[in-house]
Amino acid sequence: MIRVDNISKSLGGREVLKDVSAVFEPGKTNLIIGKSGSGKTVFLKCIVGLFGIDSGAIWYSDILFNELDFRARKEIRKEMGMLFQGSALFDSMTVEENVRFPLDMFTTMTYGEKLVRVNFCLERVNITDSNRLLPSELSGGMKKRVAIARAIALKPRYLFCDEPNSGLDPKTSIVIDELIREITVELNMTTIVNTHDMNSVMENGEKIIFVEEGEKCWEGNKSQILKSDCKLLNEFVFANALAKQLKESAR
Amino acid sequence: MTFRFLSGFGAYWMLLGKVFSRPEKPAIYYRQTMKELVSLGLRSIGIVTIISFFMGAVITLQTAYNTENPIYPTYLIGLGARDSIILEFSSTIVALILAGKVGSNIASEIGTMRVTEQIDALELMGVNSASYIILPKVVATLIFNPFLTLISIITGIVGGWIVGTTAGVITSPDYIYGIQYAFIPYYITYSLIKTLFFAFIITTVSSLQGYIVEGGSLEVGRASTKAVVYSSVFILLVNVILTQLLLS
Ligand SMILES: Nc1ncnc2c1ncn2[C@@H]1O[C@H](COP(=O)(O)OP(=O)(O)OP(=O)(O)O)[C@@H](O)[C@H]1O
Ligand SMILES: [Mg+2]
Repeated sequence: MIRVDNISKSLGGREVLKDVSAVFEPGKTNLIIGKSGSGKTVFLKCIVGLFGIDSGAIWYSDILFNELDFRARKEIRKEMGMLFQGSALFDSMTVEENVRFPLDMFTTMTYGEKLVRVNFCLERVNITDSNRLLPSELSGGMKKRVAIARAIALKPRYLFCDEPNSGLDPKTSIVIDELIREITVELNMTTIVNTHDMNSVMENGEKIIFVEEGEKCWEGNKSQILKSDCKLLNEFVFANALAKQLKESAR
Repeated sequence: MTFRFLSGFGAYWMLLGKVFSRPEKPAIYYRQTMKELVSLGLRSIGIVTIISFFMGAVITLQTAYNTENPIYPTYLIGLGARDSIILEFSSTIVALILAGKVGSNIASEIGTMRVTEQIDALELMGVNSASYIILPKVVATLIFNPFLTLISIITGIVGGWIVGTTAGVITSPDYIYGIQYAFIPYYITYSLIKTLFFAFIITTVSSLQGYIVEGGSLEVGRASTKAVVYSSVFILLVNVILTQLLLS
């Protein structure tokens, strides 16, 4: 479980996160939604400690994460996997080396054992016969999937995904959503996903946090989201014409 | 201005602190160092050889034309060329050229890793990114650059010999006598000591410029220019200090 209490963060003289609190439970896909520039990436990077926070507290189970130093954080870091908005694969390494990297760094497995694990993870994300390719030779969707494989290589307890399906076609996007949900249940992970894709919200939204201008405006699940009376949330959810019509006809 | 200089200096020392902490997996660092030996070391042999050959040639010709005097024995041309090459050319000038080649390469590589979040990915996994990326580069150049200096000294002297004798400013026996005359082996040591300092400056200063990039590809380009400028200036500054310390 991850809990954040009243965190705030300023960047470049502007308050990007304002007093946000939330609880993220294991075995669930927790979504952070909001429009572009609302502070989702900054929020996620604060939770994982890539950005320091100005005030507030971040708890991983019963450990106060934001007070730990680099060495102590490392223990928790080994249990984290993250999919970055731009995939962030190591571009000098092949697909196989990318997925093997966390295993090389943090386990004492033999080469053969690592290879089994790497291939298992790659198969899990439907990437086969691409072990020797470099990231520059992959499509955007493949990069995301390889990045997911790398993130789950060490069987993390916490998985963070920053816009896993932005820039993908609807079908691949659904495949990735399903994948994230399945592995979350499989490994009983605490998963936090940033998205502004309504499809994923309706598919995966067991717990949804809506962020606007760095503030948490609403919290609930996918069955509540269509009935909410939060004005900003409605504007976000019913932004396109089809969705608006559906809402009208539902009345 | 003063503030920016001081904060830059602070960032530099803090980064060095991070770079020189104990490696978590020595085997991986060893593998990385081997890679860097190839990309930063072996791949620089070509440019160092070409430049040293022509500079040795020019130094010999210049020395010859500036000492056209009947009472000045011609073998001294060989001696003059040898000492210029060993003392200044093969350490300092070659370092400046490597600052251009290796320095910009390092800064753009690390800068790209920064803006594409690869450094964040390393940090997130709990890897000390500064040490993992930079330490192998520092070690590789400290090991390899002395060889580059030796290669430069040899090709420089050979270049002076070939071009000097072809142009007819000096005879082969005179040149060969001159380059052995009053030879002070300490000059080689001096040159190699300087090389170690310069190698350290090039890799660490350029790495810092790449490591602190914020933004996108435009900033990466700027960082690589800054890497070359700052390392060159530091090399020249340290050159003055070392010359005074080592030769006085
Ligand atoms: N390093 C930074 N320095 C200064 N400001 C920043 C920095 N990173 C983000 N911001 C600002 O913080 C705000 C939130 O950015 P963030 O990247 O979190 O948005 P987002 O919700 O992830 O958007 P998107 O959906 O487009 O990815 C933006 O206004 C941005 O300009
Ligand atoms: Mg974002």
